[in-house]
Amino acid sequence: MIQAILVFNNHGKPRLVRFYQRFPEEIQQQIVRETFHLVLKRDDNICNFLEGGSLIGGSDYKLIYRHYATLYFVFCVDSSESELGILDLIQVFVETLDKCFENVCELDLIFHMDKVHYILQEVVMGGMVLETNMNEIVAQIEAQNRLEKSEDQVLA
Amino acid sequence: MLNRKGRRWGADACVVGFSGGGVGAEFGDPLRERMVVPSLKLQDLIEEIRGAKTQAQEREVIQKECAHIRASFRDGDPVHRHRQLAKLLYVHMLGYPAHFGQMECLKLIASSRFTDKRVGYLGAMLLLDERHDAHLLITNSIKNDLSQGIQPVQGLALCTLSTMGSAEMCRDLAPEVEKLLLQPSPYVRKKAILTAVHMIRKVPELSSVFLPPCAQLLHERHHGILLGTITLITELCERSPAALRHFRKVVPQLVHILRTLVTMGYSTEHSISGVSDPFLQVQILRLLRILGRNHEESSETMNDLLAQVATNTDTSRNAGNAVLFETVLTIMDIRSAAGLRVLAVNILGRFLLNSDRNIRYVALTSLLRLVQSDHSAVQRHRPTVVECLRETDASLSRRALELSLALVNSSNVRAMMQELQAFLESCPPDLRADCASGILLAAERFAPTKRWHIDTILHVLTTAGTHVRDDAVANLTQLIGGAQELHAYSVRRLYNALAEDISQVTAAYTVQKTSEHRALFLRTSGLLS
Repeated sequence: MIQAILVFNNHGKPRLVRFYQRFPEEIQQQIVRETFHLVLKRDDNICNFLEGGSLIGGSDYKLIYRHYATLYFVFCVDSSESELGILDLIQVFVETLDKCFENVCELDLIFHMDKVHYILQEVVMGGMVLETNMNEIVAQIEAQNRLEKSEDQVLA
Repeated sequence: MLNRKGRRWGADACVVGFSGGGVGAEFGDPLRERMVVPSLKLQDLIEEIRGAKTQAQEREVIQKECAHIRASFRDGDPVHRHRQLAKLLYVHMLGYPAHFGQMECLKLIASSRFTDKRVGYLGAMLLLDERHDAHLLITNSIKNDLSQGIQPVQGLALCTLSTMGSAEMCRDLAPEVEKLLLQPSPYVRKKAILTAVHMIRKVPELSSVFLPPCAQLLHERHHGILLGTITLITELCERSPAALRHFRKVVPQLVHILRTLVTMGYSTEHSISGVSDPFLQVQILRLLRILGRNHEESSETMNDLLAQVATNTDTSRNAGNAVLFETVLTIMDIRSAAGLRVLAVNILGRFLLNSDRNIRYVALTSLLRLVQSDHSAVQRHRPTVVECLRETDASLSRRALELSLALVNSSNVRAMMQELQAFLESCPPDLRADCASGILLAAERFAPTKRWHIDTILHVLTTAGTHVRDDAVANLTQLIGGAQELHAYSVRRLYNALAEDISQVTAAYTVQKTSEHRALFLRTSGLLS
């Protein structure tokens, strides 16, 4: 199971925070900070797996992360997930963002945090992998966006 | 009056009531003067927050906006409610309080507009949970949306239910989800299936509701549905031995699906680096592991396919390796043929030499899982494992340490301890304690001689004394006490250690502990003469 998905930049500023297990707000923020500090210590040419920090759970949990330009994408998972599989999943998520935003960059995530959540919801649901076919995900998101747009027009 | 300060403020507004005293004063009093203040779009708020140069400035901007949002909620403005909540969710991510938006989530979910529902459900997932009474209030909305909503709305409801659905909600809504399992749209079905997994976790009795549809779902060709179904079956099997027995009969079907993926592939749309839907392959392999464990017949059914996957998978990219690792773990966990087991462990051994650190990490982790059940097979790779102790990557050296300690036995203890002692001298600080205690434990179990044992403990104390637990010292004392013939030797060694480095607190403590040997100590050091 995926416990949490965190995206933050090189300075630790959160860009996406999604927990699939309930934690009180203060703990959530602590986890984000702790995760950032753990990940920041890592050089770029070592492996993408880190034993999890103290807050998000014991020895059963690990952090699997990828570093893209100014952003870290961190998935906190338990031992039931395939480590290499999660690496590919992160890639699927990022490539999907790329398709939805057309050459996605950090600014897109900053200014469209809600849309990023909606996209993520088509990939991971309830801490489990839902869909990995990028074309399907993008088609769904575009249909939903059109639905929103048509409602806006009705208002105007 | 609308404030038209350029495009930034937009053309719309929300009505806010405030007294001359400024924001934060009493609201809702019809006698007070009401002024119209434009409502920021989400992007505009984000701009403002980014413009803040200090933490204090940011806090000010956000608190000001939150006051506006609170007022807007209190006024019950339905048109901009979705935008207000979106802004609230943004500041919530930055760590600011957002609890006053919880009831607004309910209102948005109950709205007929998709735009409202979308952000309302997101708010529910981010802000609500079982501890809040409010969470039960969305049950009715979810029920309506599941039964009458358009597909995207059904999707939102299912997503929310699978994220924050409490046991009560799950019991209430199970019939609705069950209906959606077999309706035509794959988009809704795959979400309903994963929601069922969540429901079973919350209310195990619901297994009886969601077990029967699985057989039919396995015949689907849609990968999302198959992926969810395999996840659901896995969950059912892990929870109940009866379910496990029941699903053994689908092993041939699982083998067929996997074989098709491996040889032809259902759809190229799901391929990652040329491997057909590696996510689905990994899930199937995991389920096969559970079904084949301790079951001769199932193991036999899957044997050939596992051999095929183990030998034919393209290992040039990560996706293929993910599948291969899962295959190896499955082979080792079921009743597989001896030859296949040797092949599997050798694959892991090969991966230990891979240039990709991630592969080496997973290889070490996998070997650690096998070290109890297949000790001699893993022993064959001991030299490579020991090499990994020299890794600069802390994640890798930690794994290598765990595995090395697990591989110590009476025939290799001297050689292994040499390596581990060397590692202790240079390892990263956060591994010191584990390494020290690991060495001491292994020494306890496999020491060839008492003298060797004492030497080992002394070396650990002098190398990493501060990281060693107190009972190590007690053990040493006991050990020395029980080896009369080595008293002089031990005390001499202790004295040397002390002389070398007076700051070795532990060594000094040890000397003090051996009070009955103090006379011997003083004589040996020539102090009495």
